[in-house]
Amino acid sequence: MSGMHRDRVASGQRKPPRISFQRIVQLVSAAFFNGYAAGFQKGKIFTGGGKMFCVPVLNCYSCPGALGACPIGALQTLLNKHRFPFYVLGLLMLFGVVLGRAVCGLLCPFGLVQDLLHKIPSPKWKVPAVLDRPLRLLKYVVLIVLVILLPAFVAEGSGVLPPYFCKYLCPAGTLGGGIPLMLTNPQLRSLAGALFSWKALVLAVILFISLLVHRPFCRYLCPLGAFYALFNRFSFFQLRLNESKCVGCKQCEAVCPMAVEVTKDPGSPECIRCGKCKDICPTGALSCGFSCGVSAEAQKQTSEK
Amino acid sequence: MNKKNILFMRYGLLTMAAALTVIGLMRQEQLLVLQKAVKICLECIGIG
Repeated sequence: MSGMHRDRVASGQRKPPRISFQRIVQLVSAAFFNGYAAGFQKGKIFTGGGKMFCVPVLNCYSCPGALGACPIGALQTLLNKHRFPFYVLGLLMLFGVVLGRAVCGLLCPFGLVQDLLHKIPSPKWKVPAVLDRPLRLLKYVVLIVLVILLPAFVAEGSGVLPPYFCKYLCPAGTLGGGIPLMLTNPQLRSLAGALFSWKALVLAVILFISLLVHRPFCRYLCPLGAFYALFNRFSFFQLRLNESKCVGCKQCEAVCPMAVEVTKDPGSPECIRCGKCKDICPTGALSCGFSCGVSAEAQKQTSEK
Repeated sequence: MNKKNILFMRYGLLTMAAALTVIGLMRQEQLLVLQKAVKICLECIGIG
């Protein structure tokens, strides 16, 4: 027998690999999207032509390493100018329909930060369903209000339309942009005031909660996750369950960072396609991948809803 | 939702996404994105 098969048969549980495929993709992705190393040294941002392309993830374009534009920031920029955002919306839809929330599970650097924080030994809290369900809708409110309506229609006292989500909430901007630039650029550091304190507080709270709850920002606040969730059932990249192989052990649900009921709804809008369930499944009932058609399992599950 | 509807949504959304992107490129919206992204966004980093 091969080593892998012997491990599965002996214990009834597959040993997860030492470093998962998800983690490798996350690390490569974070390095790729923030590859301008000179920016971190000089306290400046990349100003090359690559910045006209939106990356699929929440990655502040003021991060010194960022090689592309943040799609949520770019969306607000166009809405601030009262322009319908054809280009950014088209790219977001392209990412959504091809990958769905696999962007969150495999590519997002801030998702990686939350994953790594959650690995630190600490008490872990399972959010009760009575809180969890309504809180999941909050990210759609953030998307509609902070990303779309306010930047398009509501000016601040100075008459300027700001990017409200970036200005008042986005923790990726503080972590990836604000803090590195403040550390390396004394001029910017001297300008920091109450707004920076607020954003640092928001970041600190989210990072702290990440120790207790897996991916709280992705579950409850991320507008990009909310947008991609709309495409999860239709995307080319899918999580598939082979019901004939499933033995109902629920190990997939125990390991899911988004608390998805994997065996009931593998196409859930909350599934980030991280692959943890697939790795832990003792019978290989779960698989992730691209499909151009619709599998029989997916068709059956969707028609039952 | 049956198989036909899922496939219709999938390819329909893909086509719409491609069309929106092309329209945006023809309107040169990528230059507006570039214009914003090459300057430090003071709001994004908490300066305002």
